[in-house]
This record gives sequence, structure tokens and C-alpha cells, in this order.
Amino acid sequence: MDTQRELIEVQGLKKHFPVGGGLLKRANSFIHAVDGVDFTIPRGSSLGLVGESGCGKTTTGKLLSRLYEPTEGHILVNDETLGAVDLAELKGRQLKTFRRRVQMIFQDPYESLNPRRTIYDTVVEPLAVQHVGDPMERETRVAELLELVGLTPATSFMFRFPHELSGGQRQRVAIARALVIDPAFIVADEPTSMLDVSIRIGVMELMQDLAARFEVSYLYITHDLAVARYMCQEIAVMYLGKIVEQAETEELLANPLHPYTQALISAVPIPDPAMSRESIEIKGGVAQPIDPPHRCRFYDRCPIADTICHDQDHPPLEDKGNGHRVACYKV
Amino acid sequence: MMNGPALSVYNLTMHYGTRQGEVSAVDGVSFDLARGQSLGIVGESGCGKTSIAFSLMRLLPDNARIKDGYILINGRDIVAMDYDELLKVRWRRIAMVFQAAMNALNPVHKVGQQIIEAMDLHLGVMTTEESRERVAGLFDLVGLDPALMDRYPHEFSGGMRQRAVIAMALCCNPEIIIADEPTTALDVIVQDRILKRIRTLQIELNMAMIYISHDIAVIAEVSDRIAVMYAGRMAELADAMDVFKHPLHPYTYALLSAFPSIKGERRALMTLPGEPPDLLNPPDGCRFHPRCPYASDRCRAEQPPFEDLGNDHFVACWHPLAGTPSPSRPRQAAQGVF
Repeated sequence: MDTQRELIEVQGLKKHFPVGGGLLKRANSFIHAVDGVDFTIPRGSSLGLVGESGCGKTTTGKLLSRLYEPTEGHILVNDETLGAVDLAELKGRQLKTFRRRVQMIFQDPYESLNPRRTIYDTVVEPLAVQHVGDPMERETRVAELLELVGLTPATSFMFRFPHELSGGQRQRVAIARALVIDPAFIVADEPTSMLDVSIRIGVMELMQDLAARFEVSYLYITHDLAVARYMCQEIAVMYLGKIVEQAETEELLANPLHPYTQALISAVPIPDPAMSRESIEIKGGVAQPIDPPHRCRFYDRCPIADTICHDQDHPPLEDKGNGHRVACYKV
Repeated sequence: MMNGPALSVYNLTMHYGTRQGEVSAVDGVSFDLARGQSLGIVGESGCGKTSIAFSLMRLLPDNARIKDGYILINGRDIVAMDYDELLKVRWRRIAMVFQAAMNALNPVHKVGQQIIEAMDLHLGVMTTEESRERVAGLFDLVGLDPALMDRYPHEFSGGMRQRAVIAMALCCNPEIIIADEPTTALDVIVQDRILKRIRTLQIELNMAMIYISHDIAVIAEVSDRIAVMYAGRMAELADAMDVFKHPLHPYTYALLSAFPSIKGERRALMTLPGEPPDLLNPPDGCRFHPRCPYASDRCRAEQPPFEDLGNDHFVACWHPLAGTPSPSRPRQAAQGVF
């Protein structure tokens, strides 16, 4: 791993959830929610994880923040305070220290804030849990963060409750809470999809601005390619637990190579009636990856599938030049 | 009579009574919908777009009151109708595709049976063969396998349920269809298929359609005309191309500039300061004035009229943006101050 640049390197990450089973009966099939995912995120950069519902993007995010135990694989973090460690193997006290460095922002600001706690209580909690500073210092820090995310004056927001705030303001509180202990890495799971257009851009700009200022890296999970275009340097497209294509954002949008990426991009409506677009039709819908057969995951829906796609295992993610990686036998 | 607009709404004003006071959800909204035309209503949450839809169907909750205005369908006012008359119009002349397809279907009845029930209620009872044949035809129309009509809603995927709900809205051959965010919960590839199907059906069956969404990209794809709502009022109404190429209302301009696209130049997105107003206490004058870069004293005091500035381009603004379609009108405000 390039110790200077890469902050996070994920290798062969897997998460399988048992289906059925119970106290006395072993589960004999598994949902392969994340099934061998590799990527790196450079320091201060953001990677967009894009895909349809059920493709495993949220599970990947939760694995990276260790809200889920990985079934297999490594998450190598290169951090100045922690040194180079494998997140997947951290336990106990080490894991708690690590949580200072990785934070998460969730989709729904109406659900992710405790309605019975004031904004101050919510934002100060990471500091209290990690025993950072004394109460006075913590209060100063919280006030500073609230000002930073645009909730000014901080004193008038600190002791309000979530129901007194609008959706955009709540999401700003969530961002303040994520940033309050100075993390190196943030997993943002659809942070703007619940917000209205006129509010959304403000939150997106805030996240970018803070990322640049504090050198925070993001894993930005979204179903919306247009939002990913504005938030991320690189985009990875997921399909049934696998990354099928990954490239620099403009390269991916202008020159998609995988048939699934092509279909996905062609289906995005364009906010301009003067522009026409040609949809690439693919068959069927997204299945559940329960004990998937050994062939390309996209085989059943692929318009260009061939015998090799059926007979061989899922294709590896290969670099086609300029860091544009695709998992397809036909490209 | 048959040559007039399919739907004519004039000065529709609807309030919700709440414990905190009256919420002025829809305020003085007027528009015409021509036969076979599709009108997209776009706006942010709480701007009143769904309230308009429910007013048109007279499906309002108990605390809602239509305070003023009329809604003419074929020259007859829905607001003044008694319940029996209303039943003859609802679903047969004007039908609705609801927002949450998950909740619009009854989970304990077969999907086909639910559509048959709607037909029996509105068109009179038919024989089993007749009605099953009709449902099969409807399923075919919306792109569902007719064999699926004896399945239950939970056996359908999100996209299939949305198709079934569309089939149900079409079952009585309505002249007007209202689609309220029909694709919002769906993935983009499924959304694309449903949008295409809706647009094709609307053109083939020559229905008038009102398409409601917060997503201006979706609206751009399905609408002939576009209405932009803000805080219970209509800000702008014009042909789709005019709204996108020559927006006159500063809010429309801001909305268009805030929307990211995957095509074309990666232009900078603009932020609109502030938040939509609380409709318990809407601001005086133009409701957009607290967030508007062009706001003047007049905007703060007087409500701008909703006027046609030529070319069927309606706008409610004291300082419409330059690039006005009618050349006779003097150019007023300057460009890009956001």
C-alpha cells in the first residue's frame, strides 16, 4: 500500500447473511450482500458507491465503519494516529480508538437523531464517549462545529430538540456530530436523498467544503449518479454484491464500459426537455444474491452475454487503462 | 362543450385546520389543462402539489377546507358537487395514480380482484368473464403479464405494483389522470420503464395528465407544460421548453440551477439561501421574497398577480427575469445575482 496517499484499502471484503436457520437449525443458504469487493480511497478524496437497492452499497458502508462484522477480507487503514492497521481484525479497546477516526452520516435525518436529546447532547456524545477534553472544552468544540455547519448562532441551536429543526438543519447536525471528533474518514449513506432540491445543494457544498478543509475522505453511498458526479472524484458501480466498474467520475459517465453501467446511465432522466436520450434496455429486475451460481452476476439480464459469461466464474475487475476498471468478459 | 379544456381550475384555495392555526396549503391556484395534454407540477415538499391533486379528486382529509375557487371538469364544478354526483365523476372522468404503490393496494386481496372491484363500483357489475378480460387487457397495456392478476400484492416487485396501480387508474377510461410521484420509490432503471409506459399510454389513449413530482428531470421527460409551485402558490406555468430555456420566475431559475445532471457540462450548482416558509404564517406579499435576490419593497408588501406575459407563459413575479418571450415587454431584472 502506498503509505503516503492511500487512506483506505479494501481487499476481498465479504459479508454473507444467513437466510432462515435459527436456534437449533443451521442456516444453509446465505445472501451474498457484499461478495469480494476491492477498492482504495486516497487521502482527502471521495469515492461514490452507486447502485440500485439491494446491490450491497449500504452493507459495504456499514462494514467500513464496523457496524457489521465482515465475513472475510481486509480493510487496511493507513492513519497517522493509528498507523497501518487492518480494521477487519480490530477488537475491544482498539476498535473504540478506531471509531474516533471513522464516522457515519445516515440517510434519514428524522430517524438518525434522538428526539429526546438536545442538539448539544447529540453532537457532544462522540467526545464524551471518547473522553476528549473537559466539559468546557467540549462545549466550545460543539459550538465551533455548529457554526461551521451553518447553524448560527450556535447558542440558539444548542439546546433545541430535533423536532424544532427542518430536515436540512437536522442533516447539518448529523454532519456536525460526524466531524466533532476530527475523523479521517466518513461513510455518508445517501445523506442528501431525503432533502429538497434547494436545501440539498447547500448540504452537498458543506460536505465538500469541510472535506477539503479537514482532509476528510468520504465513501459516498448514493443511488443518484447526478449527485455522485458532483460529490466524488471516483465512482464505483455495484451490482449484486460486486463492483462491476470503477473509474474517475467524468470518465465513467462519458465512457461506461460495463453493460450494466451503460443501462444505468442511460436510464437517468435529464433535466432538459431539449436533450433526448436513448435508453439501453436490460431484461428483468434485480434478484437477491442468495447463494449465487458461479457465473457472471449480471448474466441473466445482460444484453451481450455469451457462453463464457455462463461457464466461467464472475469476471475479475480488470484495469483497462487510466485506472478504469471493469468486470466483464466482453469488454 | 367538448372543445373546452379537459380541466379548468380557477383561484383554488385550500386550507388545513390544525391546532396551531390555518395552514394555507393552496392559495389562489389557477390553470387550464387541455385535452390530451400533460402538465407537470413540480415543487419541493410542502409546496401544495399533492394538496392540489387531492382537491381535484375531492379526496381531502377531514381538516381540509376548500375556501374558494372552482374546479371544472367538462364544465361542471367538482367543488360544488354533492356526493352522488361526485361518485359519477371520480374515477370515471378523473383518476389518480397514488404516490405509495405499496399502500395503494390491499395486501389481502388479489390484484386483479381489486381492479374488478373498482370497475364494478364505477361502471356497474359485469360478468366475471367480461371483467377478467378487461383486467387482462389493462395488464397488457401497462406491461404486466395478464397471468399475474390472480397474485397478491406482496408477490409483486415495486415496479410491478406501480404498474398495477396505473392499470387500476385506467380501468374506467378516464379523461384525466393524476399521477402523484408514481416513480419516486423506484430504482432508476425501473423508473425509466414506467415513465416511458406512462408517456406512451397518455399519448396513445389521448388522456390529459397531471404529473406531480419533486424531480424536475422526471417532469422534463413527461410534460408538455410545466407548473412550478412554491409555498402553496403557482410561481410559473408555461410550455416545458419555455420553462427550461426562458424561466421568468427567480424561483424557477434557482430550482433549475440547483439540479445536477449527468449529461452536458458539469456546471456549478447554485444554492438558494434560506428555507421554504412556514405556511401557518406565510410571509406577506410574494411568498418567495425572503429568499429572492431581486426582492423589492413592493414584493414584500403586495402579492404579484399570476399573469400571462405572452405565449401562454404565466408568472407571478413583480420582477420577472430577462429573456421574456414577448418582445413587447421591457426587460427588467439583471442576470445571475444568486
